[in-house]
Amino acid sequence: MSAHATTHVEEAEHGTIKSFSVVWIILLVLTAIEVFLAYKQIQPVLMLVALVGLSVIKAAMIIAYFMHLKFERFSLFLTLFPMLIFCILMMLVFMPDSMRSLLMRAQ
Amino acid sequence: MAAVESAWSGGGSPYAANSKKFGMWLFIISDALTFSALLMAYTYLRLSTPNWPMPFHFSPSIIFSSIMTFCLLSSSLTMVMAVHAMHHGNRKSTVGWLLATIAGGVAFVVLHATEWMNLINHEHMTPFSNQWDVPLFGATFFGITGLHMTHVAIGVIYLAIITFAVGRGKFKYEDVEVAGLYWHFVDLVWMFVFPLVYLMSAKI
Repeated sequence: MSAHATTHVEEAEHGTIKSFSVVWIILLVLTAIEVFLAYKQIQPVLMLVALVGLSVIKAAMIIAYFMHLKFERFSLFLTLFPMLIFCILMMLVFMPDSMRSLLMRAQ
Repeated sequence: MAAVESAWSGGGSPYAANSKKFGMWLFIISDALTFSALLMAYTYLRLSTPNWPMPFHFSPSIIFSSIMTFCLLSSSLTMVMAVHAMHHGNRKSTVGWLLATIAGGVAFVVLHATEWMNLINHEHMTPFSNQWDVPLFGATFFGITGLHMTHVAIGVIYLAIITFAVGRGKFKYEDVEVAGLYWHFVDLVWMFVFPLVYLMSAKI
C-alpha cells in the first residue's frame, strides 16, 4: 500500500462526532458503576481489582478513540505498549507483598 | 530493493506521525510511569495498613469528585470536537470547543481546590499529619492529587496558548492534536486517581 492510500484510509477512519459521543456516554456509565461499587461491602482487595479493572477499560477507550491510537500505525502502538507490561510486572511484585506485610502487622 | 522500501530504511516516517506528536507520546509514556509509581506506592500502603482512614463522606467529597470526573470527561469530549473541527479547517469552531475544554479544566481545578480546603479546614488533614494517625494517608493523597492538579493547571495554560494562536490564524492541525493528546492523558490519569484515592476511601 502506498503512503498516499494509507493517508486516505486514515482520514476515513478518524472517527465521527457520533462515535466520540458514544465513547463519552460509556465512560460516564462506567464511572457511575464505580461510584455504585464503592458503596458495596466488599473486601478491599476485591474492590481494588474491580475498580482498577473498570479503570483499565476506561483508559483503553480514551487511548483508542480520544487519543486516536486505534487509527495510528501499529508500530506506534508497539513502541508505547511495553511501558504497560513493565507496570503490570511491577504491580505483580508489589501487590502480593502488600498483603504479606498486612498479615505480618496483624500478627 | 526490499531494504529501500522498508519504512525503517530512512527518509520515510516509520510511525506515519510528525515529530511533535511522537514527542508528546514519549512524554506521555514517561509521565504515565511517574503516576503509576505514585499510584502503586499508594495502593501498597492502602492494602497493607489495617486502619487506613476512610474519611470521604458522600457529601461533599464523593459528590464533588464525581462532578470533577464529569468535568474532565466532558472536557475530553470537547477537546476531541476541537481537533475534529480543526481537521476540517474550521478555526472559529475550534476556538469555541477549546474554550469549552478550558472551562471544564478550570471547573475541575476550582472544585478540587474547594475539596482540598474542606479537608484541610474541617478534617484537619495536612501532608504530614491527620486525626486518624496515618500520616501516609495525607502524604499520598496530597502528593497524587497535587501532582495531577498541577498537570491540569499546566494543561489549561497550554490550551489557552493554543486557543489564542488558533484564533489569530496561527498554528496547524497537528498543534491542536498534540495539545489534545496531553489533555486526554490528564483525563486518563484521573480515571485511576478517582477510584483509587477517593472511592477506595469512601465513608460507607
